[in-house]
Amino acid sequence: MLEVILISSIKVIVVVVVLLTGCAYATYMERKVLAFMQNRIGPNYAGPYGLLQPIADAVKLIFKEDVVPDNVERLTYTLAPMISFVPAMLTFAVVPFSSNFTLFGYEITGVISDLNIGILFVFAITSLGVYGILLGGWSAGSKYSLLGGLRASAQMISYELSYGLSIVGVIIIANTLSMVELVEQQSSIGSWFIWKQPLGFLLYITCAVAETNRSPFDLPEAESELVGGYHTEYSSMRFAQFFIGEYGNMLAVSAVATTLFFGGWQGPLLPPVIWFLIKVFCFMFFYIWLRATLPRFRYDQLMNFGWKVLFPLALFNTLLTGLWVLWLGDVLFGG
Amino acid sequence: MNLDTIVFLVSAVVAVFSATMMISQRNTVASVLYLILSLLAQAVLYIQLSALFLSAVLIIVYAGAIMVLFLFVVMLLNLRGNQDLGDKPSPVSRITKYLVSILLVVELVFIIRGIGFDTGTVGIMTLAADDFGSVAAVARILFTNYLYPFELTGVLLLVAIVGAVVVSKREKSYETPAGSGNMPDDRKKVEI
Amino acid sequence: MFETFYPILFLFVFAVFLAVLLTVFSVILGRRTRSGKKGQSYECGVEPVGTNKEPIPVKYFLIGISFILFDIELIFLLPWAVVSRELGMFGFISIAVFIALVIIGYIYELGKGALKWE
Repeated sequence: MLEVILISSIKVIVVVVVLLTGCAYATYMERKVLAFMQNRIGPNYAGPYGLLQPIADAVKLIFKEDVVPDNVERLTYTLAPMISFVPAMLTFAVVPFSSNFTLFGYEITGVISDLNIGILFVFAITSLGVYGILLGGWSAGSKYSLLGGLRASAQMISYELSYGLSIVGVIIIANTLSMVELVEQQSSIGSWFIWKQPLGFLLYITCAVAETNRSPFDLPEAESELVGGYHTEYSSMRFAQFFIGEYGNMLAVSAVATTLFFGGWQGPLLPPVIWFLIKVFCFMFFYIWLRATLPRFRYDQLMNFGWKVLFPLALFNTLLTGLWVLWLGDVLFGG
Repeated sequence: MNLDTIVFLVSAVVAVFSATMMISQRNTVASVLYLILSLLAQAVLYIQLSALFLSAVLIIVYAGAIMVLFLFVVMLLNLRGNQDLGDKPSPVSRITKYLVSILLVVELVFIIRGIGFDTGTVGIMTLAADDFGSVAAVARILFTNYLYPFELTGVLLLVAIVGAVVVSKREKSYETPAGSGNMPDDRKKVEI
Repeated sequence: MFETFYPILFLFVFAVFLAVLLTVFSVILGRRTRSGKKGQSYECGVEPVGTNKEPIPVKYFLIGISFILFDIELIFLLPWAVVSRELGMFGFISIAVFIALVIIGYIYELGKGALKWE
């Protein structure tokens, strides 16, 4: 009992620390990669290759003045950053990051919690993510924040539908909601679910980008029209919490995509954790690549795309997969 | 007292407390937040009853979808802060309010007495099957014993969709002309 | 039960603790000054025009309610997906009828222009 408490507590703390560091260095990676794609150098003053830049940023943000405008709604203004911060951490509770391993003589599972409704848990946490942004935008007492928050929440709930539907295909094939079992079913590259669910994967990654409000779906913080969007009036660590929330969500959807479609921690030679990190890293790179390549959508295009293209496609994918599994089922999708 | 009991007590107290706060608030947004908190606490209670699927549904549908709509409605009607919500209720409605509440409490007490929980002999959990509350178990029952109500739910959803469209898009004149661009302009044309 | 949920509980408590800690940091550590128009909302240095107290367009409500209804549909799809092989063709047909009903609603919304964002 005490052993379980101790091991899992330490595991949680390690994962959170790695996650926060990951968020910090995701910003560094974004700036550096964007810089190279735009033929610039990027941050290079703090430490070798600018590697200490995220730490400098964090220190700066902590000691920044906490400016609270006069006409905010105090309660929601304070709560909103926390509400967007906490769900970003929670998703990782069910993502398997390694196989079981032994450390100092203790058998340790490679996941914080092997919940048998793992995907539903992820989905539930995702559906709560909208509140931080909506309340933050609404309570800050600025027109830009309100517009940013409203746009973001309408966008997030619209894409959340297709996000959920795109996962259903995988569940039909795997017949389980447990993330750990999903990884176990994808033991070789040939059995990765991306080969069985190409359309589902495309839908998932599109919706995931929209769900995390990233370019080309970054309408909520369209700098050219809305200043900073929903976090215009936030400063200091409150702003940082929105920021960590955004990058944490990016890491979370990348980790979930890895688990659902790319075999999670499975891979030859290298240790499982390394494989997991490599795959997540590839997704993060893809995110940044998208940002450097694609121009922003217009809002009406965005909403129409979500409701009139992605949603029917996701329904179609679900029905097709259902039929396929039943008719040709174990010819192609067996096991 | 083990952790299970502590979690139960905390979430039960939070659920009841925030539900009470929700109805006694004048601030509508705080009210919605309390309702969300109450729902989350209820989800924890469901988990303790091994009803994992129900708990997830409670969070996804109620806390994640319906409450967003509530917030939209609060913003749509622009109920801000401690703003006064119109006239004070008339004495008649005040009395009826309390009468109905008392009636409801009495009714609840009778129902609970009627069921006669016999917690001393048989716990609820011991009656349940091994996979009680799991998604697969729910699905098996849903698609066999309760197939007919399930399909009716589909019809209900259809009716709700039609209703929503009819209510919120009732007259042509409220629609904005095509291609009239961005949000701020639209806001002036939309009437409630 | 305990092994599954204790870590999630701990993660939640830890995340909330961190969130509160960070907010407290920002309140305590930062220098605070107040002057003139600092408390105004930020509008690129120009005097703020108008308020954000206006009601929001009704179409957000429509998107919200459409989302709820299709979300409920999605929630029913998940349990079917878990037992899809076990239920076989019978299960598929029952879910197909259900989806067909919702698709009728979707087509109705499309036809009425409820999902059109101008």
